[in-house]
Amino acid sequence: MLHFSLWKKIVILLICAWGLVAAAPNVYYTIAESSNDAVAELEAGLPQTPERLAARDAWPQFLPSDVVNLGLDLRGGAHLLVEVAVEDIYAERLDSFWTEALRALRNERDALGSIRRQYDNPNELRIRIENSENMRLAIETAHALTSPVISLSGAGSRDFVVSSELDELVITLSDAERLATDERTMEQSLEIVRRRIDEAGTREPTIQRQGSNRILIQVPGIGSAEELLALLGETAKLTFNAVTGPTTRDANTNPGAGNLLLPSQDEEGLFYIVSQIPVVGGDQLTNAQAAFDQNGRPSVSFSFNVTGARLFGQFTAENIGQPFAIVLDGKVVSAPVIQSHISGGAGQITGNFTLEETTRLSILLRAGALPAELKVMEQRTVGPELGADSVEAGKIAALVGFAGVAIFMVLSYGMFGMIANIALFMNVAMIFGLLSAIGGTLTLPGIAGIVLTMGMAVDANVLIFERTREELRAGRNPFRAVEEGYSKALSAIIDGNLTTLIAAIVLYAFGSGPIRGFAITLGLGIVTSVFTAIWLTRLILSSWLKWRRPKTLTI
Amino acid sequence: MRLKLVKDETHIKFFKFARITFGASVVAVIASIIIFLSNGLNYGIDFRGGTMLRIESPVDSGVGAFRDVLSPLGMGDINVTEVFDPSAALDAGTVRHEYMVRVVQQGDDDAEQNGAVALIKATLDANFEGLIYLQTEAVSGKVSGELVQGSIIAVMISVIAVLFYVWLRFEWQFSVGAVAALVHDVILTIGVFSLIGLEFNLSIIAALLTIVGYSLNDTVVVFDRVRENLRKFKTMDLKELLDRAINETLSRTVMTAVTTLMALFALYFLGGDVVRGFTFAMIWGIIIGTYSSVFVASNIVLWLGVKRDWSKPDPNAGTQFADADA
Repeated sequence: MLHFSLWKKIVILLICAWGLVAAAPNVYYTIAESSNDAVAELEAGLPQTPERLAARDAWPQFLPSDVVNLGLDLRGGAHLLVEVAVEDIYAERLDSFWTEALRALRNERDALGSIRRQYDNPNELRIRIENSENMRLAIETAHALTSPVISLSGAGSRDFVVSSELDELVITLSDAERLATDERTMEQSLEIVRRRIDEAGTREPTIQRQGSNRILIQVPGIGSAEELLALLGETAKLTFNAVTGPTTRDANTNPGAGNLLLPSQDEEGLFYIVSQIPVVGGDQLTNAQAAFDQNGRPSVSFSFNVTGARLFGQFTAENIGQPFAIVLDGKVVSAPVIQSHISGGAGQITGNFTLEETTRLSILLRAGALPAELKVMEQRTVGPELGADSVEAGKIAALVGFAGVAIFMVLSYGMFGMIANIALFMNVAMIFGLLSAIGGTLTLPGIAGIVLTMGMAVDANVLIFERTREELRAGRNPFRAVEEGYSKALSAIIDGNLTTLIAAIVLYAFGSGPIRGFAITLGLGIVTSVFTAIWLTRLILSSWLKWRRPKTLTI
Repeated sequence: MRLKLVKDETHIKFFKFARITFGASVVAVIASIIIFLSNGLNYGIDFRGGTMLRIESPVDSGVGAFRDVLSPLGMGDINVTEVFDPSAALDAGTVRHEYMVRVVQQGDDDAEQNGAVALIKATLDANFEGLIYLQTEAVSGKVSGELVQGSIIAVMISVIAVLFYVWLRFEWQFSVGAVAALVHDVILTIGVFSLIGLEFNLSIIAALLTIVGYSLNDTVVVFDRVRENLRKFKTMDLKELLDRAINETLSRTVMTAVTTLMALFALYFLGGDVVRGFTFAMIWGIIIGTYSSVFVASNIVLWLGVKRDWSKPDPNAGTQFADADA
């Protein structure tokens, strides 16, 4: 057990050296981090300012420069788990199908008689057919409008299922189409969320899909989750609609076919009657900026793409003197009167806005509308003060814990304790080195995991030393005793650590956020402590024994 | 001269009072279950849903003042506590007053739930000056339900995985003993949390799983020695043999418990308030886990008996003896 071939020695020493070098950037955290930032900025093609070059060169480029990511609980920031209301889209799909079906069924009016939509369940489209004896024709007509679903799992099925119940035609979304729709909604939502957060200019956001219909958003450095919520809370669906009737204060006014009754955003109780089909939608915008109108009030200026500009130009040319409505998320922001033909495809939204609101609105318009509403499941914010306190507290606790364990080990095992302490130090260095290399995140429970590992890491060495003591008492010579100590303690070390590793793996698989951070450091700690105990300390001890060749040995 | 917590050779008769120690464990487990059933646990918002704010105030506003301002909001049960943080007291000259405001879940509507944070902040800012919001959390009932479920599954899976591993490496009697010890540790930890009303949240689940790992580590080291002795002393009485194994590993058991506890106490007193609940659970778990590997796990092995005579098949005892040396 005590013999090491040369290449084995080299490998062990190289691993240890790597651990020290890889952990080093964390000791000079701010220098290494700003150097990494500067390198990334330069690679992104930003100008080579002296500050950037100086920041880059502050850390030697031939050394590893990865540092551990600090979790939100240590750095401060906001964490948001939202659920996308994917089912909102179903009703929308049915509505648009209704528009199509209406046209097709009307063509068969002679056979079908009058047709009417029954509104009772948002998840299905029910159409009452007057001449229900011709239901077969109605079903065939509606079925002709459906199209096959293009997906792997839904092969052979169509997007809508058409059936009948007494005198009603019942149309629902097929399961395959629901899945496909959900998938599309999620992808769009992720994209829009990403764009909105990027537009807001935050640093290193994490945006991840979780499960079938959730999105996890983590943004370091944001002071409160409300800031984030303000960016995500609105779908920001902007449309420009023709005003088709006089304003009213009666919420029960019937707007008439093809029209909508929409509330005003500024004035409570005021309603506008606007056309259901918008003239132009927010998807035709190419840009939006916070600006001021001629009266110096905050406003949002925008410009359309070519199609939008043409449509809008045509509409304004035909409706000079008429009002049109700017509708945002189902509310009329303003309804200015068209003064002249607007041909340039640019305009301004004015309303009762604050500067903050116009800035946010312009971000939302630039990023695009969310396909469905986001429901917040979980929001967590950690202020930067608490994060900094936690880092400080974790550092002190780790240092005191390390010192305590180290002193205790020397008192108990003398020189052998010193060797165990070298292993313990290497152990911590390697945990940090590995964490940096794999891009792991250090959280406060993660620091707890490291401190806990310090206590438990010496266990393997304690097992070996105690065993060696026993062998010495049994009268073996030093070489033999140490050798037996290692070989006999090995099975206990492996069994004991594997069982703890099982717990760490389960924790990682089921835990979330900070708990995962704990599982990672605990798991890494187990691996490195076994390595240091059965390779490093053994190598040191065997070298020492071969060098001194002691006749007697006390541990 | 070396510091020795345990003498070189000890001959403590651990099973002399086996009935009493095991009885005490059984009583403690039953008591924990009763306390848990009657008191319940002080669930954090991870498991209950609701809103939590951690606030630092430049002046000693007093818990009552916060409550007076917040109760007219009609949010139901509002819980305000002052956080006592001994590590903060180490920063000379800075006197800080930290408060924790917790509000139960607001209806089923998630929007309402999220509005709660904003509403509480606005209300407090209108009444007090210079408040710093150190931490805010809002968890909806839906997510907290999933977290509870996930945690229960996690603890159960780890116990089953461990049962399986020990069964592979040792005999089934050892497996039963090890798992009984684990369940004992987990139940007693939950009992303590129920008894003193400490907040039970996700990090406590992490602590429970770590306790499972540690306690098992401890148990396995003793069992490893038992396994070795079983091979060495084929005719020794099982009780004597177990006693011997525990005595032989006692020094290591104490050493490791002490170093781990040293690290944990450093965390408990210096690691800040956020990890204190976690560290408390760990400290308790290490003490209980060390106790249980001797007085629960080994005791059960003693009672179940281990097959000793390898030549004759014995249907009442373990049939396979793991002869692994790895």
